[in-house]
Amino acid sequence: MTADQRHGAEIDPATGYETTGHDWNGIRELNTPFPRIVIWALALTFLYSMIAWILLPAWPIGRDFTRGVLGLDQRQIAMQGYAALERGRDDWMAPFAAGNLDALAADPALMARAMPAAQRLFADNCAACHGTHGTGGPGFPDLTDANWLWGGSPDTIAETLRVGINSGHPDTRVSQMPAFGRDGMLSREAVQAVTDYVLALPGSAADAQSAGAQVFAENCVACHGENGNGGLGTGAPSLVGARWIYGGDRAKVLATIHGGRQGVMPSWAGRLSAAEINLLAVYVARLGANNQHAEAP
Amino acid sequence: MIASLSINERQVGLMLTIGVAILGLIMLGAAKEGPMAVHGAMALALGIVLAFSLVGSLFDPDAPGGRAARYYDEPTRFGLMLTLIWGVVAMSVGVWVAALLYWPEATPLWPATSFGRLRPVHTTGVIFGFGGNALIATSLHVLQRTSRARLADSVSPWFVLIGYNLFCAWAVTGYLMGSTQSKEYAEAEWYADIWLVVVWVAYLVLYLRTLARRNEPHIYVANWYYLAFILVVAMLHIVNNIALPVSFAGARSFPVWSGVQDAMVQWWYGHNAVAFFLTAGFLGMLYYFLPVRAERPIWSYRLSIVSFWGIVFFYVWVGSHHLHYTALPYWVQTLGMTFSVMLLVPSWASAGNAIATLNGAWHKVRDDATLRFMFVAAVFYGLSTFEGSFLAIRPVNSLSHYTDWTVGHVHSGTLGWVAMIIFGAIYTLVPQLSGRTTMAWPKAIEWHFWLSIAGTLIYVVSMWNAGITQGLMWRTYDANGGLAYSFLESVMAMAPYYLLRTIGGALFLTGTVLCALNVRATMLATPVGAGASDRPLLTQPAE
Ligand code: HEC
Ligand code: HEC
Repeated sequence: MTADQRHGAEIDPATGYETTGHDWNGIRELNTPFPRIVIWALALTFLYSMIAWILLPAWPIGRDFTRGVLGLDQRQIAMQGYAALERGRDDWMAPFAAGNLDALAADPALMARAMPAAQRLFADNCAACHGTHGTGGPGFPDLTDANWLWGGSPDTIAETLRVGINSGHPDTRVSQMPAFGRDGMLSREAVQAVTDYVLALPGSAADAQSAGAQVFAENCVACHGENGNGGLGTGAPSLVGARWIYGGDRAKVLATIHGGRQGVMPSWAGRLSAAEINLLAVYVARLGANNQHAEAP
Repeated sequence: MIASLSINERQVGLMLTIGVAILGLIMLGAAKEGPMAVHGAMALALGIVLAFSLVGSLFDPDAPGGRAARYYDEPTRFGLMLTLIWGVVAMSVGVWVAALLYWPEATPLWPATSFGRLRPVHTTGVIFGFGGNALIATSLHVLQRTSRARLADSVSPWFVLIGYNLFCAWAVTGYLMGSTQSKEYAEAEWYADIWLVVVWVAYLVLYLRTLARRNEPHIYVANWYYLAFILVVAMLHIVNNIALPVSFAGARSFPVWSGVQDAMVQWWYGHNAVAFFLTAGFLGMLYYFLPVRAERPIWSYRLSIVSFWGIVFFYVWVGSHHLHYTALPYWVQTLGMTFSVMLLVPSWASAGNAIATLNGAWHKVRDDATLRFMFVAAVFYGLSTFEGSFLAIRPVNSLSHYTDWTVGHVHSGTLGWVAMIIFGAIYTLVPQLSGRTTMAWPKAIEWHFWLSIAGTLIYVVSMWNAGITQGLMWRTYDANGGLAYSFLESVMAMAPYYLLRTIGGALFLTGTVLCALNVRATMLATPVGAGASDRPLLTQPAE
């Protein structure tokens, strides 16, 4: 191939345009005129950009930047947006900030408006541990039954939410199930015996004369109550309802008594507003009150 | 591959492999345990194996004479094999992690198989392993053909390919061991990053030296794109990865950037990885293989030049559109948004130029699945660049950000554009490199094409639905001003889309496996002596 042939421009039959005469191992290029539409498109997008630069904060100048004629500030916009949303909720949310929770819970019109939001708040903050329906799971208490660690009135629940349980909050509720076996407070036999006794408590088949009953009376009643009913405000659950937090088969109960337990419930003060905490407290209290497993303590 | 090297080159290669082995030994000795020690052992083993095969060949016959009169295609062949191996492995991991999102209970109990560690194995494996090897392998081919010159030397292509794959292997095995810089697409730790710089410089030098020996007066536009890819990726990689190792004997480091500056540097890198790795390099591929396969001239010479400079100029500004509505100052977001919109023009100009090049060859697009791959790639390039500019507009981004729409957008680019152009290039190149006129199983290309199309469409459409659904669920309020949906409900609503996405991905993977088998069969088939005239112009003196 001579240089002349390689650099000669020719007409492409399919398009009617000339080639540029460049040839790279068979690849050629057409000398098509620059398409007008590209220039128009560039002009149009540049115009859009110019308008945006004039209206919005855009170009840096030294340590400052052009503010834009609209004077927008994204932080301000966001805060205004939140404030507007909050104002939209104010008519039913405001009473929760400092109201009498029992009275609020007794107002069906208010509940109809507030409870759907409370349900979402629960799903977003609490469901990961307590389950979507609040029924708990291994290690996380069921909030729908009548078995309360600290109490099921809206005010008590609100306090639990505010400070948490064994949390980092200075006023946290503190509770601990001691490790009777591991820490040598009870002999292996005594742990076995009291385990049998605890397992029999729910059916009221427990033998009050047994060795286990003896151990229970000496070691457990201070926290779990005379009959294992709980409700003493120590954070120790009732053991008679067969509604176990950590599981009710022999191995699990034995593990609890041998190794102890100390569940942690985070504190929500600072993460949720006071009104949101109260709203959730009413919601959780109603979970317990409306449910089918309710049993007298 | 060793037979193609002269005795002298084998000696140079031997020194290099011994160097790699010593480097591995030092890393192993210094770190003693942990990811860096494992990586040292990997380098040591690689160095020893290569050194032994080179020593064994020192007394074998010298390379055949007259090499300067032929192109050096062995590295390209090797690179294409690695491309497909990485493709199959990394896409399988992708399908697996997609399945885990639908079925999280299936996660095995070992830390190494957790979602968080496997996800970057997928992204690094497909971008760097599959995409990167394809870019290096095809660039060496395109460089030689459009320069009508043989590669400037025979050792450095091997150093580049093997060294690059050592980097990729270090990266993904590091993630499995929990070693990561926690920067997306830049997870590999400091010593792997330094190693990549060394390899990359060798690549650039090889490219420039070969270009300097070209026998064509002009540099073809594909080379401009490949060069932009090599140069800018080097710059991005170095700036984003500047970090202080906690100790030179361990794999942990801290980036020198912090706070919003770190975020900005990361997304300046991240978006330009999309621009210069996943776009510029592949446009180089498109600008070569599409006209070659269609046997048509590029539609507009001027358009290809203008869009090159447009893409290079606009892309470097737009990274901040990944950080809309964050602590990043508003003015940086405005710039990112407006430049993203202007970027659409050169992007569409390139896609349009590619599609218009097919004028006069539409019957080939209909009949030839290989060319159809490239046509569809150009269409998806146009679609995803439009989507990208659209998503960069702040109010649109407020809906799309943090949703699966982003994932859909990325895959319309990577499956529809990047992978399709790679397949088009592979089906054009492999027969040629094997001295044949067609692939071993021409029908399988057709199957592969339809599997890819179906897989991509199912994937992308399900992620669009998923993303828009999520975005709307997160911002819908009920009549009382409370959020209408909990986050959990938006997660549960994803189940059907995640299932579909897994199916789409599996279809695409099936096509890739088919391609790998077809390439293997073609490479093993007996040559028919095609392509004998595919030679450099011999104006330079023979070696
Ligand atoms: C990180 C897990 C976790 C999250 C999240 C969580 N909780 Fe708890 N919660 C617990 C645990 C564990 C306990 C039991 C502590 C114990 O065993 O002493 C508990 C106890 C409670 C109690 C006390 C029950 C009683 O019987 O007195 C209430 C009420 C409660 N949670 C409500 C909530 C609400 C409402 C939320 C959402 C704002 C929430 N929890 C979020 C783990 C969690
Ligand atoms: C210092 C107070 C205290 C004493 C004494 C105590 N407990 Fe507890 N116990 C608790 C607390 C608090 C919990 C709840 C722990 C939690 O939820 O994390 C608990 C939980 C349990 C549970 C688990 C209940 C469930 O739902 O899974 C069992 C069983 C139990 N105690 C048995 C005993 C027995 C038997 C004894 C006597 C040997 C005993 N406890 C003594 C405080 C005490």
